[in-house]
Amino acid sequence: MSPRIAYIAANTFREAVRDRVLYNLIAFTLLLSGAAIFVGQISIDIERLVVINLGLTAVSLFGVVIAIFIGIGLVSKEIEKRTLYTVLSRPVRRWEFIVGKFFGLAGTLVVNTFFMAIGVFGALLYVTHKFSKPDALILVALYFIILEFLVICSLALLFSSFSSPLLSAVFAFSLFVIGSFADDLRGFAGMAHGITRWVATGAAYLVPNFSALNVISAVAHQQPMSSQLILQNTLYALFYSAMALSGAVLIFERRNLK
Amino acid sequence: MAAIEILGLEKTYMVGFWRKRPKRALQPLHLTVEEGEIFGFLGPNGAGKTTTLKMLMGLVFPTAGTARILGHDWTDPEVKAQIGFLPEQPYFYDYLTAHELLDYYGQLSGVPGKDRKRRIEEVLQRVGLTDIKGVQLRKFSKGMLQRAGIAQAILHNPKLVFFDEPMSGLDPLGRREVRDLMEQLKQEGKTVFFSTHILSDAEALCDRVAIIHQGELRGVGAVADLTATVQGKVEVVWQGTQVPASMKALGAECHVTGDTVRAVIPEGQQDAAIDVLRRERIRLIALTPLRTSLEAYFVEKLQHSQSAAEKTLGTAV
Repeated sequence: MSPRIAYIAANTFREAVRDRVLYNLIAFTLLLSGAAIFVGQISIDIERLVVINLGLTAVSLFGVVIAIFIGIGLVSKEIEKRTLYTVLSRPVRRWEFIVGKFFGLAGTLVVNTFFMAIGVFGALLYVTHKFSKPDALILVALYFIILEFLVICSLALLFSSFSSPLLSAVFAFSLFVIGSFADDLRGFAGMAHGITRWVATGAAYLVPNFSALNVISAVAHQQPMSSQLILQNTLYALFYSAMALSGAVLIFERRNLK
Repeated sequence: MAAIEILGLEKTYMVGFWRKRPKRALQPLHLTVEEGEIFGFLGPNGAGKTTTLKMLMGLVFPTAGTARILGHDWTDPEVKAQIGFLPEQPYFYDYLTAHELLDYYGQLSGVPGKDRKRRIEEVLQRVGLTDIKGVQLRKFSKGMLQRAGIAQAILHNPKLVFFDEPMSGLDPLGRREVRDLMEQLKQEGKTVFFSTHILSDAEALCDRVAIIHQGELRGVGAVADLTATVQGKVEVVWQGTQVPASMKALGAECHVTGDTVRAVIPEGQQDAAIDVLRRERIRLIALTPLRTSLEAYFVEKLQHSQSAAEKTLGTAV
């Protein structure tokens, strides 16, 4: 890997840290701990279920919001503020810039998830007083959440490479919502007829399948996760991210920076 | 070897809602800048200077044409390790300190880690940015940002430096320092290509200049050649405030400033003017033929292109 990608990624990470994005973690941890105490008092026998569902959903939603919030400005903000001029006037290829930005944002989200996961496990320990073996499945759910972030990051970058931050946010969030119901969309495509079937099938396979990456409920119910599912989801997320990133690079390579 | 060879670069933007209306920002431009010279790229705002620089930096793609920089194809990213660029009104990552910014740019330019720290201190000293350790760029004044911009442009010891309006935002002292810096760069054997609309800077610094207006090159040459034309008048300066009547009879236009008088007389009358001053026992300070200033040349070129454009418009109507 070109060292320039690592330098750009490190600077992107530093920007996120200095923009105090990661400070939301403290708020998240406090919020989750407070919610866990409250839930522990009102739910009987299902404390564990509620805390895992609540905690992991919050990790996912917080992360998606951060990924979209930062991702949509990664390229457009650099163009608008003209900070890109002094980067691209150096021996930096445009694709290196995009890939560096992607890794920087992905790194930010991984660190973000790590700290939020501490909050989830802390809340779980508070309500259950001890960890059990099935709690290890939470790590699988967190891994899938990180895969989800990779896809969101790449999509946000793709939109950011040609659109304004506001439109990019609308596009990325819409895709997240539609992608979260990808399984339902595929089910609908299976039932439809004629041209509707073709359109629905096309849309179902084009949008990112976030429902496959969401195993929060299954983990909360202690259902086992197959290694095949982990492999499939990993390959799917990496392939989808690579495609979206390639699209971002293709657009950005041709863009005039007025 | 030429430092820059611009071979017919041109740029047309498509404007309007459907992007179907062409707007030519730069007519085919042919220009050569020799190694080791300070070259001024002059023109009013919106003339096409920044568009040209952005094309050379690979930020904007030309509609046609090509260029060579330091003997290499301009699209070769590696050639950029040998060039420095200061954009117009630079804006940097404001969450970084100047040291962090330069460290980042040094990394991207391939400056080895052990040299980077030393180079950063050197260039910050050189542009007059001291006592700024730990201060984020968001707290910098416009002039300080301009200095940081110049520092990043010369950090990696480039052979060729592009400055887009380098004096912008600087106070008179700062402008003087930048002028000195550019002269030092030339003495170090570097080529400096800078765009400006401040003609006094260009006249004081440049070996050669090019004048661009409405996207078209209007003139190019050595400053001395462009300003060599004698206007057929001579300037006489003498001490005192006294203006002899016989001097006025020679057709002199006199202006008294402080304790000196400056008179402009027709060429051929200088001997008579000296005789008048001797007769009146007035001390002569200077006698110089009046030459066209770069400003006069610039204005003439612009007016010429303006009237040509109006004629074309008139013919079309």
